[in-house]
Amino acid sequence: MSEALTLTARCLRLSSRQVDALLTALLLPVLLMLIFVVLFGGAIHTGTRYVTYVVPGVLLLCAGYSSGLTAVAVCQDMTGGCVDRLRSMNVRGAALLSGHVAASAARNLISGLLVIAVALLLGFHPHAGALRWLAATGILLAFIAAISWLSAAAGLLARSSEAASGFTFLIMFLPYASSAFVPVHTMPAWLQGFAAHQPITPITEAIRELLLGTHVGSNAWVGLAWCAGIMAASIAASAALFARRTA
Amino acid sequence: MRTTYTNDQVCGSRPADAPKADVLAVEAIGLEKRYGSVQVLSGVDLRMPRGSVLALLGPNGAGKTTTVRILSTLIRTDAGRATVAGFDVARERERVREQISLTGQYAAVDELQTGEENLIMVGRLRGLGRADARRRAGELLERFDLLEAGRRRVGTYSGGMRRRLDLAMSLVAEPALLFLDEPTTGLDPRSRQGMWEVVGELAQRGVSVFLTTQYLEEADRLADQIVVLDRGEVVARGTPGELKRRVAEQRLTLRFAGHEEFARAAADLGDRALAVESDALTVALATDGTARHVRALLDELDPDHSLIAEFGVRNATLDDVFMELTQGAAVGRRRGVDHV
Repeated sequence: MSEALTLTARCLRLSSRQVDALLTALLLPVLLMLIFVVLFGGAIHTGTRYVTYVVPGVLLLCAGYSSGLTAVAVCQDMTGGCVDRLRSMNVRGAALLSGHVAASAARNLISGLLVIAVALLLGFHPHAGALRWLAATGILLAFIAAISWLSAAAGLLARSSEAASGFTFLIMFLPYASSAFVPVHTMPAWLQGFAAHQPITPITEAIRELLLGTHVGSNAWVGLAWCAGIMAASIAASAALFARRTA
Repeated sequence: MRTTYTNDQVCGSRPADAPKADVLAVEAIGLEKRYGSVQVLSGVDLRMPRGSVLALLGPNGAGKTTTVRILSTLIRTDAGRATVAGFDVARERERVREQISLTGQYAAVDELQTGEENLIMVGRLRGLGRADARRRAGELLERFDLLEAGRRRVGTYSGGMRRRLDLAMSLVAEPALLFLDEPTTGLDPRSRQGMWEVVGELAQRGVSVFLTTQYLEEADRLADQIVVLDRGEVVARGTPGELKRRVAEQRLTLRFAGHEEFARAAADLGDRALAVESDALTVALATDGTARHVRALLDELDPDHSLIAEFGVRNATLDDVFMELTQGAAVGRRRGVDHV
């Protein structure tokens, strides 16, 4: 446990010093929010003001991107000498990977706050008490943890950090084919089935319901189940991949 | 580099599993490793007494790093077995890891952390408290001449400083056995000298050091025992002195007056020539160094006193041994010489 904490602190220190990645992580939420609300918002009709509709989508897009960076960081540790040193010191792979995931969660919470701050400036009016905020944060964290573990597995699979960054790119596309930016019923029929049932949609809807003060339905449970499933599968895959890489 | 040692308290906080008494630091029997169609190791045997320095000497691709990775529990051998301080490297990985430190070929340091942060991190991972980890980092920075650089990010360090930090990180908890994989490859002469001093100090303090190198001078300087590895096989082993004696203690080098004379002599000598250099027109022969023997050789090759321009007699160097044993391994086998 203390090993994982030490390694989390290391990951946070490293990511706070990667100036380019840090700038991207901070600029992305702001720019995405501006692009969607100011540029696209006027042309998209969702029944509410677009800023009100799009906040959960931008939250998940940013979280997906930043969690995806875990793949690159894990890959670098696996291909550099770092993992050899840690293993020769009897530090477990689980401690290294959970350090990466915990650091990713911390990074993401900051970028999430930034998204909310920009949204508020653009006229976002949430209707949520402390409990609803807490629940929304919980669901977002579950999503971040799931995607970070998935990225860790991708980082263990990739043989170079270029390949690992390709994973980040893929994750970025998932929210577009969901209810994050436009309602699913406006999409072509062949896509609606996928869009309605892929994990991003229930997670988006759950956060939306929580923040807007509307009735919270089954979306929250479906979304959490997706997160738990992805996380469990990714942890199992990471363990197997780590064992294979270090056999 | 400084030679002050303090804080035995921290060094003494080693795991309770002290190495078993009277066992070898390293014993390997028949190690084999194959990657795809490439046989990297084919039956490597090693015996390294505790408190000694062993140099695994060989050219690139000889299998040195693979051997270190097997012995330091990072990969498993395909066949054979090995123990470190009496613990089996495959079945008792954790016990082995309590005894060892590894400084790999590529400095495993975080460029975006400072030297001090790197050291403190290792201390914390080794189970030291916050204050102890900080103090130990300070001592190591001083000992490795990195005190001023300690608060700078490692990205700004020179190659030599990086290697020193890497080694310092291996010594946060002083190991019973230290693996150094090519510790001076790519370093300038001064940094190399500094690294040698540190290894010498560690050996004096009773730390067993298992190092790999491509440099004969390094093996000669540091090692009690040299094992020469070539294409995955041990081609020679012994003390530096023994290896030098194995080839021929003295060599007679003859320089011929012209190409024709050189070519004829080289052809006549055949396998008797230890080294032939056509650019320099020289041929080297084994000799006991006595005037009688040298005169006899000169008379035999140059009865008319007209073919040989110059001669010299010198002691064999490890370079001679190395060339003979590695590049000439095939020749050696043809001659039926058993080097092992």
